[in-house]
Amino acid sequence: MNWFRRPGFWLPLILVGLIGILPVLTGSAATREVVFTILLSIVLASSLNLLLGYTGYVSFGHIVFYGLGGYVGFYLISSRGQPLWLAMIAGGLVPAIAAFLLGRAILRLRGAYFALATIGINEAARAFIRNFDPFGGPVGMQLNFQVYTDYGGAAQALWTTYFLALGLALAVLLASYYMKSSKFGLGLMAIRENEDAAEVMGVVTPSAKTWAYVLSAVFPGIMGVLFFFKNGNILPGDAFRLHFSIEMIVMVMLGGSGTVLGPLLGAAAYQRLRGTLLVTPVFRNVQLVVAGAMLLLIVLFIPQGVVGWLRERVPWLRKVLE
Amino acid sequence: MIGILLPSLVDGLLLGFVYGLAAMGLSLIWGVMNVINLSHGPIIAMGMFGVYLLFSQIGMNPYLALIVVALAGLLAGVLIYAVAVHRVINAPHLSTLLATFSVNMILIGVGTAIFTVTPYNVDFSLGSVSLGPLQLLGTRLAAAVIACLVTGLLYLFLARTRQGKHIRAVANNRVAAELMGIPSARALALSFGLGTMLAAIAGGLIATFFPFTVLSGGGYELRSFVIVVLGGLGNPLGALFGGLILGTLEGVIPVFMETTWVPVLEFVLFVLLILLRPSGLLARRV
Amino acid sequence: MILQVLGVDKYFGGLQALSHVTIDVKPGEILGLIGPNGAGKTTLFNVINGVYPADRGSIKFLGESVTGWKPYELAKKGLARTHQIVQPLNDLTVRENVMVGACFGRENESLAKAAVTADEVLAFVGLADKGPQLANSLNVAQKKRLELARALAASPRLLLLDEVLAGLNQSEIGGMIETIGQIRQQGVTVIMIEHVMHAVMNVSDRVVVLDYGQLIAQGTPAEVSDDPKVIEAYLGDPKLAEELAEAARRLGEE
Repeated sequence: MNWFRRPGFWLPLILVGLIGILPVLTGSAATREVVFTILLSIVLASSLNLLLGYTGYVSFGHIVFYGLGGYVGFYLISSRGQPLWLAMIAGGLVPAIAAFLLGRAILRLRGAYFALATIGINEAARAFIRNFDPFGGPVGMQLNFQVYTDYGGAAQALWTTYFLALGLALAVLLASYYMKSSKFGLGLMAIRENEDAAEVMGVVTPSAKTWAYVLSAVFPGIMGVLFFFKNGNILPGDAFRLHFSIEMIVMVMLGGSGTVLGPLLGAAAYQRLRGTLLVTPVFRNVQLVVAGAMLLLIVLFIPQGVVGWLRERVPWLRKVLE
Repeated sequence: MIGILLPSLVDGLLLGFVYGLAAMGLSLIWGVMNVINLSHGPIIAMGMFGVYLLFSQIGMNPYLALIVVALAGLLAGVLIYAVAVHRVINAPHLSTLLATFSVNMILIGVGTAIFTVTPYNVDFSLGSVSLGPLQLLGTRLAAAVIACLVTGLLYLFLARTRQGKHIRAVANNRVAAELMGIPSARALALSFGLGTMLAAIAGGLIATFFPFTVLSGGGYELRSFVIVVLGGLGNPLGALFGGLILGTLEGVIPVFMETTWVPVLEFVLFVLLILLRPSGLLARRV
Repeated sequence: MILQVLGVDKYFGGLQALSHVTIDVKPGEILGLIGPNGAGKTTLFNVINGVYPADRGSIKFLGESVTGWKPYELAKKGLARTHQIVQPLNDLTVRENVMVGACFGRENESLAKAAVTADEVLAFVGLADKGPQLANSLNVAQKKRLELARALAASPRLLLLDEVLAGLNQSEIGGMIETIGQIRQQGVTVIMIEHVMHAVMNVSDRVVVLDYGQLIAQGTPAEVSDDPKVIEAYLGDPKLAEELAEAARRLGEE
C-alpha cells in the first residue's frame, strides 16, 4: 500500500510515539498517569471522529460504549476471575454488537434526532446499570487487590495497562488513517457531504453507516476495560458521564474533525489545558467555564478546527496534515 | 390500590403541568428555528435560584418573584441568542447544538462557583386543599393554574400581537418572511427569549415543590426532551399535553415498581418515540 | 426496452403528483421529458431512481422489476442521474467526487481504478485541470459538468438528466448538447428533463410531455410541438409556449 510512504501517515504515529515514550524515559509514575489520560482522550476522540468526522453523524452519547465495555470487562475480571486480555476482547466485542444492533435502528435518524437518540441511549444505559445487581447497581463494583498479583503486582499492572493503552492509541490512529484512505472511507465522506446524493451514486448507506458506528464503538470499549481495571472500581456515574461525551466532541472539533491528526492534537491540547486548570486553586468550576467558552469560540469562529484551518490556509501542508 | 393510585396520579398530573411548561419553552425554540437549546437545563436552575434568592433575601412572595424571574429568563434568552446562536443559525445542526451546550457549560460552571452543589430550598407552603378523598398541595395547584395561565398568554401573544405574528411567519418560512420585510433576527431572538422565559418560570415553580441544586436543571432538561418528542416538535400545546402524560406516568409507575426504574423507562420510551414517531403523538406546526 | 414505467401513481398527502404514467424507453435513444413547471417531471425521476416509492404501478429496468428498489441498488444496476439543483460533495475534491461515482456505480471499481476513470471522465466533460480543487470552488456551469461526470463515472446504461442546461449560456448549451450526443454514441440511453425548448427538441429522438402528473403526449419532437394539447398546457407559461412554437417552426424548416 502506498500510504506507508505518505508523511500524513507517519506524523500522527510518531507524535503518539513521542508522547508515549515520555514516561518510559523519565520512569515517573506521575508522568505516566498524565500521559495515560492523554492517550485515553486520544482513543476516545479518534473513535468519535470515525463517526462524527468521517460520516457526519453527531453522537452526543458516545461515552456509552466506553461505559459498556468497561463494565463488561470489569465484571469478567472481578466477578469471573478472567484474565485482562479476555476482558479486553469482550470489552471491544460487546459494544460493537450493541452498536450494530442500535445502529440499524438509530442511524436512520438524521441530524439532531440522531444526537438526541444517542443521549437517550447513554442515559438509559446508565439508569439501567444502576438497577442491575450483577453489575453492582448504584454502588458499582470493586476490584480485589489480589487480582493485581496475577500481573506482577499493582505497580507492574499499572505499567502494563499503560503500554496497552499506548498500543490502543496507535491502533486507533492506524484504523483512522486506513479508513480515510479506503473506498469504505470515501463512501462515508460522501455520506457526510450529502447523504441523499451518495445514495443516488450507489453508496449503500445503511450498511456503511452501521459499520462506521461499530468501528467507532470498539476502541472506546477496550479503553474502558483498561481504565477501570487500572482504577480498581467502577460506578455508573463514572462510566457513563455525559459531560465526558461532550468533551470528546470538543476535542475532535478543536483539533479538526474528519482528519487523523485533528482528534490527536485536540485531545492532547484539551487535556493539557484541563490539567493546568485543575492544578490552580480556582479548580473545577472554572474548568467547565473555560471549556464552554473554548467550545463556543471554536463553533462560532473555527468550526473546522486547528488542523482544518491549517489545511485551508496552507495548501502544501495538506499532504502532511491528514 | 385506588387509595394509593389516585393521589399519586393526581399529584403526577399536577406536576405534569409544570413539566409541560418547561418543555413548551424547548419546543417553541425548536419549532421556530430548528435549534435544540441545550442550555435549557441551567436556565431552569436559574429560575429556581431566582425565586429562592428573592424569597430568602428580600422575603418576596414566590409567585411575585416569578414575574421577575420571567423577565430575567426572557433577557437571558435574547442575550444567549445574540451571542451564541445567531452566528450559526444557518450552519449544520451540530453547530447550534454545540453552541447552546457551551452556554450550558458556562452557566453550570458559574453556577457551581457561586452556589456550589449544596441543595437549596424554598421554604414556602400554601397548605393543602381537600377534594373528596384527595389532599392536594396548594403549591401544586397554584403551579398548575399558573402553567395554564402562562400557556394561554403565550397563545394570545403569538396569535394577536404583531411580534407574535412575526414569530409565526419566521417559523413557517424564514426566507419568505424576510422577503416580506419581517426583521427575522429580532423575531428569532424574541422567540428564543420566550422559550427560556418559560423554562425559567417552570424552574421557579419547581422551586416551590422540591429542594434543588445548581445541577437539578439537568433532570428536567432531559424530561423536556422526552416530552417534546412525545408531544410533537414545535407544538407547544402538545408539549403541555406530553408533560401531563409524563407527569402522570412518573406518579403512577412507582406504585407498581421501584422508583429507580423510572428513568430507565423514560429513556427507553424516549428513544422508541424518536424512532417510531419523531413528529410526536400530536404532530402540528406552530 | 431498457426502461418500462407502467401505470405509476404518486401521492404526496392529498396531492396526486403522478397519475397513471406509462412510458417505454428504447435502448440507445435520447428521450426528452418536457412539461410546464410543477408537472411532476422531477417527481417521476425520483420515482424511477428509487428516491420515492411509487404508490401504484411498476417499473422495469433492463427487463428486471425494480419497483421499490433503493437508489443505491439501481445505481449498481446501471442507472445514474443528475439533479436539478446541483449536489456537489463540497468538502471533497472534484476528482474525489467523480471517484465516488466510479467506486459505487455499476463497475464497483477499486480506488486505484476509480482514480483513472475519474481522470478520463473529467477530461471528457472538460474539467481535466480541476481535479485537485475542492468541489465547492467551481462555478455553477462547472458544477453541472461535475454532476454529469459523477453520473458518467458510474458506467450507467441509463442516464437521467434533470435540467442539465438550466443556467447555461448559449455556447455552454451547445457544448453540453454535443457532450450528450457523445454519451449516446457510447451506448448510454438518456432521458432528459428540459425547459430549453430548442435544445431538447433538437437533440431528442422522442419526446414525452407531462402536465399535472399525467402523460398528455408522446412522439417525435415535430409531432409533439404541433400537438394542440401540448401547446395548451404551456399557455400558462407564455415564454415557454413561445419557445415551443419557435422550436416547432425550426423543426418544420428542416
